[in-house]
Amino acid sequence: MDNMFASNNTLTAYEKETRRIEAGPSGRKPRRRLSRRNIIVYGTLIVVALYYLLPLYVMIVTSLKGMPEIRVGNIFAPPLEITFEPWVKAWAEACTGLNCDGLSRGFWNSVRITVPSVIISIAVASVNGYALANWRFKGAELFFTILVVGAFIPYQVMIYPIVIVLREMGVYGTLTGLVIVHTIFGMPILTLLFRNYFAGLPEELFKAARVDGAGFWTIYFKIMLPMSLPIFVVAMILQVTGIWNDFLFGVVFTRPEYYPMTVQLNNIVNSVQGVKEYNVNMAATILTGAVPLVVYFVSGRLFVRGIAAGAVKG
Amino acid sequence: MTSVSVRDLSLNFGAVTVLDKLNLDIDHGEFLVLLGSSGCGKSTLLNCIAGLLDVSDGQIFIKDRNVTWEEPKDRGIGMVFQSYALYPQMTVERNLSFGLQVAKIPQPEIDKRVKRAAAILQIEALLKRKPSELSGGQRQRVAIGRALVRDVDVFLFDEPLSNLDAKLRSELRVEIKRLHQSLKNTMIYVTHDQIEALTLADRIAVMKSGVIQQLADPMTIYNAPENLFVAGFIGSPSMNFFRGDVEAKDGRSFVRVDGVAFDVTAYPARTKLQPGQKVVLGLRPEHVRVDEASEGHEMHQAVVDIEEPMGADNLLWLRLAGQSMSVRIAGQRRYPPGSTVRLSFDMAVASIFDAVSENRL
Amino acid sequence: MTALTRGSVRPNQWLRNLNAKIASIPMILTAVVIFLGGTIWTVVYSFTNSKLLPRLSFVGLDQYERLWAAPRWIISIQNLAVYGFFSLVFSLVIGFVLAALMDQKIRFENTFRTIMLYPFALSFIVTGLVWQWLLNPQFGIQSIVRSLGWTSFSFDPLYDADIVIYGILIAALWQGTGLVMCLMLAGLRGIDEDIWKAARVDGIPMWKTYVLIIIPMMRGVFITTLVIIASGIVKVYDLVVAQTSGGPGIASEVPAKYVYDYMFQAQNLGQGFAASTMMLITVAIIIVPWAYLEFGGGRKRG
Repeated sequence: MDNMFASNNTLTAYEKETRRIEAGPSGRKPRRRLSRRNIIVYGTLIVVALYYLLPLYVMIVTSLKGMPEIRVGNIFAPPLEITFEPWVKAWAEACTGLNCDGLSRGFWNSVRITVPSVIISIAVASVNGYALANWRFKGAELFFTILVVGAFIPYQVMIYPIVIVLREMGVYGTLTGLVIVHTIFGMPILTLLFRNYFAGLPEELFKAARVDGAGFWTIYFKIMLPMSLPIFVVAMILQVTGIWNDFLFGVVFTRPEYYPMTVQLNNIVNSVQGVKEYNVNMAATILTGAVPLVVYFVSGRLFVRGIAAGAVKG
Repeated sequence: MTSVSVRDLSLNFGAVTVLDKLNLDIDHGEFLVLLGSSGCGKSTLLNCIAGLLDVSDGQIFIKDRNVTWEEPKDRGIGMVFQSYALYPQMTVERNLSFGLQVAKIPQPEIDKRVKRAAAILQIEALLKRKPSELSGGQRQRVAIGRALVRDVDVFLFDEPLSNLDAKLRSELRVEIKRLHQSLKNTMIYVTHDQIEALTLADRIAVMKSGVIQQLADPMTIYNAPENLFVAGFIGSPSMNFFRGDVEAKDGRSFVRVDGVAFDVTAYPARTKLQPGQKVVLGLRPEHVRVDEASEGHEMHQAVVDIEEPMGADNLLWLRLAGQSMSVRIAGQRRYPPGSTVRLSFDMAVASIFDAVSENRL
Repeated sequence: MTALTRGSVRPNQWLRNLNAKIASIPMILTAVVIFLGGTIWTVVYSFTNSKLLPRLSFVGLDQYERLWAAPRWIISIQNLAVYGFFSLVFSLVIGFVLAALMDQKIRFENTFRTIMLYPFALSFIVTGLVWQWLLNPQFGIQSIVRSLGWTSFSFDPLYDADIVIYGILIAALWQGTGLVMCLMLAGLRGIDEDIWKAARVDGIPMWKTYVLIIIPMMRGVFITTLVIIASGIVKVYDLVVAQTSGGPGIASEVPAKYVYDYMFQAQNLGQGFAASTMMLITVAIIIVPWAYLEFGGGRKRG
């Protein structure tokens, strides 16, 4: 090693020795902005994005047109004359059967269904997940397995027995009954979500609280809850969109005066009587989709986390 | 003849400069270690040499061929990764041969190379297994084998031992050294572990924030660190530092620290120490003598704070000049806390840095 | 692992960990009464001739014979098979390709993902109605293409009994592929970046790396995604109701709709129970082997 001693002053030598660049390739590898790879990647993604956006665009455009314009025109054309009348009509005047008070009733029904369902299902599932993660008792895993496997059973298999149970309880056809159903069917995924989250928290924390003499509820409220805000938000996103978008349970378990927005929307659009008013239909469709869309756009990454959580296995 | 030459290499990610006008020449057959803490740019530099990252500026030569714009596969390099990066669904044999098959090398040649690599690394018995059936050490051997079959001149190691436990790490370390001695390839090895660096390297490049702080052989790095950073980074426990002022008296030089005057006349300074100059005196724990009468060296009294017996060595933590310092002595010499010791220093192997520029004086 | 015993006297077995047990009552009731009990109840009553009300008068396999003799059920099953096969294949392939494109360190990744995933936030009813409008032959895509000069162009899946199920498939893919893309992307991101580097040093072309190295490594993600899509397919109901109401005629009927119609409209509970039991069996055929591979049968995966 002849450089053994020469290297003592390398630093200064290297700092000064700059122009060592020779002819030939140097610096950043030249890449055309429009390389074939970029054209393929971005081209595909842009086409796909347009495909995804198209229905939303058509919905909005159609809802802002008058019926005469729709009859002669092109569904992709922007409105020549913007009118909000279809929106007003969809909200306040559209008819389902004999009722002509628009989607507003369905909207408020959905609110009255979604709010208690979300709160109750999350409360039940979070406590339950906490018990499963930290206070394991004999048999708990068995029930939990049944619960998770049950999530894969088609709802149609369990609908009728639930009808009977609710009828026996005297809540069949009421909002209470539907809230119970949403709590039941939200339980597998939410319990899984909370169980995995609480199990992922450092166990020492729980042990330390036990040593300090804290009990089941104290630990839940004073230690676990404050640490789990993000997972509660994820659960809320999951439940708000899920319950708002539900159709089957709404149709099966409630009477027409309590129909949620999705059911009412379907009845308005697919009713056979009268002239089809496509602009009103699209306005109604946007109104129904608005709540989950707002939740989606506001929550962003957390929504992705929520559906990813829905996809994890126990 | 240089094997790898990095010239004025810069790399920016947006506004962040990771490497700045970096120069490095590596001789053929040399074992060079890039050493630094995480985020210092050592792995980035290695990835640039491998062609896995596009450089922003400068050139890279491998075997005197400009490879700045070449794809990794065309650069004549093999690479070993920290996480092994074996293809999990393929057997060991296929892991070794896959790249060669894609490169359309004739099958007999592939077989020959795989056999040779397996023999060198003693993994013949594992050829039919899948990576999941191997231990960490075995996996890393296979990963080295994958670089070996490529029949290249330059091996790049990216923290290859960091995922292994301490015992395996020291075993494989020896093996890599043996491999280098028998193959005589150029090897560039990235690590944050100074023991690996000191034991393996022909030369070490100590890096900090994208700049090579010192490039030298291990003994020079250890004994004559170029600046305060290198001095503090190498060695465990780290070098004792005393900040003070230079004084001259009766033809002798001193560094005065909080009332204690260290006689540094014996220090081989590159430039004469100026009285009044603010300096940092660095003393390695093993360069301090405890209770040994030696002529010409003044003695300083200190009290033992804590004793850390480590078997072969005994580490004493003392208070001197108002601060804590560590001293390494032989394991059988014991000093309970509270005992008073007399210290003398071997200034010929000490280091003195300018307090402002932090460079060696 | 259960609660530590308090004091020296061992308390009653049942009272230990009482709070946790109380907290688990809703879960236990749901699991046992609704999921397990309800399923068994439905299966048992599928062997009866219940009409308007459930009655325990057993008729053996009569309901099943009637079910499999019903043209509407046969069409439902055929539709489910076609719809299921194509939505599995297309959503896996499209989802993976999109995820691979998104994984090319592209700009505006978040924007693209937001756009591809938003349909998933919508109700099937909304999706069905939008696509009903887009596929409307009088105003929708068909009329646009015709107005561009191609007057013989015909694309009205919702009014053509032969292809109506593909019209539903288009809407379903629009809603669901974003999710598959996200799951796949998460899978791709979970792959050690060193694998990519090693493949580049080895000189393996990108497509070959995907096919021979990355996809085999993502086996778990693929299976999970498959199970999620598959169990969604069996449940498909709202979309059909909104888009075609099963029409034209009975051309786009699906099993879930068959069950609902017989239980709550035709007042023929026995048929509904038999049909829902068939749905259960279909799901079991998908889930059981998966559960066995995933949780039972040892852990010999790489």
